[in-house]
Amino acid sequence: MKLKGAQILTKCLEKENVEAIFGYPGGAVLDIYDALYESQLNHYLVRHEQGAAHAADGYARATGKPGVCIATSGPGGTNLVTGLASAYMDSVPLIAFTGQVATTMLGRDSFQEADIYGITLPITKHNFLVKDVRDMPRVIKESFHLATTGRPGPVLIDLPKDVCQKRAALNYPEKPQLRGYRPVLDGHPLKIEEAAAAITAAHRPVICAGGGAITSGSSAALRQLAELCSIPVTTTLMGKGVFPENHPLSLGMLGMHGTRYANYAVNECDLLIALGVRFSDRVTVRTDAFAPGAKILHIDIDPAEIGKNVRVDIPIVGDVRRVLEQIYRQLEGGGASEGWLSRIEEWKKEYPLKYNGGGDPIKPQYVIEEIGRITGGNAVITTEVGQNQMWAAQFYPASRPRSFLTSGGLGTMGFGLPAAIGAQIGRPGETVFNIAGDGSIQMNIQELSTAVTYRLPLKVAVLNNGYLGMVRQWQDIFYDGRLAYSDIPGPDYVKLAEAYGAVGMQVREPAGVRRALEKAMQINDRPVLIDFIVDRQENVMPMIPPGGTIKKMLEE
Amino acid sequence: MFRILSVLVENNPGVLTRVASLFSRRGYNIDSLAVGRTEDPTISRMTIVVEEDDSVIGQVTKQLHKLVDVIKVDDITEREYVDRELILIKTDADAPERSEIMQIVEIFRARIVDIGQSTLTIEATGDEGKIKAITEALRPFRIRELVRTGKIAMLRGSSFTTARSGGQIKKETDR
Ligand SMILES: Cc1ncc(C[n+]2csc(CCOP(=O)(O)OP(=O)(O)O)c2C)c(N)n1
Ligand SMILES: [Mg+2]
Repeated sequence: MKLKGAQILTKCLEKENVEAIFGYPGGAVLDIYDALYESQLNHYLVRHEQGAAHAADGYARATGKPGVCIATSGPGGTNLVTGLASAYMDSVPLIAFTGQVATTMLGRDSFQEADIYGITLPITKHNFLVKDVRDMPRVIKESFHLATTGRPGPVLIDLPKDVCQKRAALNYPEKPQLRGYRPVLDGHPLKIEEAAAAITAAHRPVICAGGGAITSGSSAALRQLAELCSIPVTTTLMGKGVFPENHPLSLGMLGMHGTRYANYAVNECDLLIALGVRFSDRVTVRTDAFAPGAKILHIDIDPAEIGKNVRVDIPIVGDVRRVLEQIYRQLEGGGASEGWLSRIEEWKKEYPLKYNGGGDPIKPQYVIEEIGRITGGNAVITTEVGQNQMWAAQFYPASRPRSFLTSGGLGTMGFGLPAAIGAQIGRPGETVFNIAGDGSIQMNIQELSTAVTYRLPLKVAVLNNGYLGMVRQWQDIFYDGRLAYSDIPGPDYVKLAEAYGAVGMQVREPAGVRRALEKAMQINDRPVLIDFIVDRQENVMPMIPPGGTIKKMLEE
Repeated sequence: MFRILSVLVENNPGVLTRVASLFSRRGYNIDSLAVGRTEDPTISRMTIVVEEDDSVIGQVTKQLHKLVDVIKVDDITEREYVDRELILIKTDADAPERSEIMQIVEIFRARIVDIGQSTLTIEATGDEGKIKAITEALRPFRIRELVRTGKIAMLRGSSFTTARSGGQIKKETDR
């Protein structure tokens, strides 16, 4: 029997065991929505297509499964763009379907025609424009394969309206045929030997784990290696949670707003074991002064990451978990020296992360610590971007992978709330917190309505400083305090939350923080938004100024 | 320094855009790019001449290989290869000059492919050196128009850069 293209699509999604689709309808996808109407698939109607992309992204990061979103042609597709770019920068597996004008109308500036294929070329791992309905099963198969294997990433499939209407047989291929795509998973044996020897010989080793360590499911392998050889572990923002942060060997995050001790350790180590990281400028700050005395062992699945930003002494292309296991089998003891470990302990004691706590007004860091305490570090956290994001990274003690979801590479304000929706749908029984800034939350606030519709009990903690705080901080430090347009008055958040049908609370005093959080934890049938009025002038410290070195680190 | 990359790609619409936009986005300098179908109609070959130093070439190769539609990348600069370019030159050629031009054409084993009232169109193929030389030799006659293909290249003898032959881009050993 021949099916309509739109039906082929829904059948293929069923075959891929897709459990959640985030989307928004429109003219060019009416056939797809019509097919969804009769299918068993769960579709979540968002309020803005950017929300669909971020929700699919949050779902993917929280579950490890690919996220799926749908938008109509023209403005629907262009509204996905920020979400796709965010997912691309952070290597998140996403499949985006966009409607397109009929093939006969292509290229004529037809109503709601936008070249979404061309627009998304540089922000997807791969993309397709399907012109023949018979190609659909193959393209969908290839898309899921591409999105989820190797270095994951978003894939976009543009579907002209007539392609969705034409009929074809559904022959879903067992296996994708992609002769130009063969990710290498196992490390080269010679390099594994070299790596094992380097670890055995090192006196002052440090592990730096990034997003790739989470994607590959390396937590256990990483912990095994770290504990066997007593190697301290720092993570990038994207790697947060891959190693429990209450572990004695944890150094927290490194980089521009990282802990002093993580940055000191990297600065003085003799072997840096870099796992699934891309040495972003927020991590290295200055590449020529990064880990100056260290051999760098870099394990990554993407060969193009090796040697891209920093020199590498031992490159290993492969899946981080597999390579770690390979190395582990070859290890002949060795590990950090006593001196190195006690040196790090001293740094930790001497330069802990700190802030001037207590007293009015509420310190934003305190709110995050309280969230950490009340959830035991076991919540799924999403963040917005700015100071709120950095404080969350510094003060929330993440204990597990896939539980700290943040737009690291693109730094997309407005990511956190829709990502929390996706995360809550992907992990229904768990506590999901969106740590937000008052600026960012307004970028996708409409998604509160989505959360209310689906009765998602996620919690939004707005750290309300009345500023685009991170912008204000840079203006204060680098622009002589000339605060150009960073003072951002907001709405009445309690009323706003209530208007959407969510629970709204406001907290002005430190004593009320705990109480409000406890109350929020009791609510399990709708979202809660808590407006924490925090110290307006607080800065994120420590800070290595851009282009600076550790010696130039700012404190207070 | 110039490097010659021989790149096999899926013969898909969009593949040229992908390659071109990769070069522009990452700021690599393309000197020339020639593309055409191979003996296998589903595969095209691009010969790309890049002007970059070695460290950048490593990245170019890896980034190219990362494109899903790219099947194979070979840097053949250091290997034995034959390369050719094709050029069409239209010069002013009044009656007295014609014989002189025809002599030059003879010397370079080029061909006259069209004659106008007061012009000659010359076709020449050869490696870069020859193309340069004939262009210089014809310049005094006033070149009115010049069209040139990019370089195409092929390994000599029984070495191949086909989809199934060895010579994958180096993986982790590649720095
Ligand atoms: C979409 C987008 N626009 C602009 C920026 C630049 N930006 C980075 S942080 C920031 C301020 C964020 O303000 P807020 O959400 O209140 O967070 P705070 O820093 O105050 O915690 C801005 C404007 C961005 N990252 N993303
Ligand atoms: Mg703010």
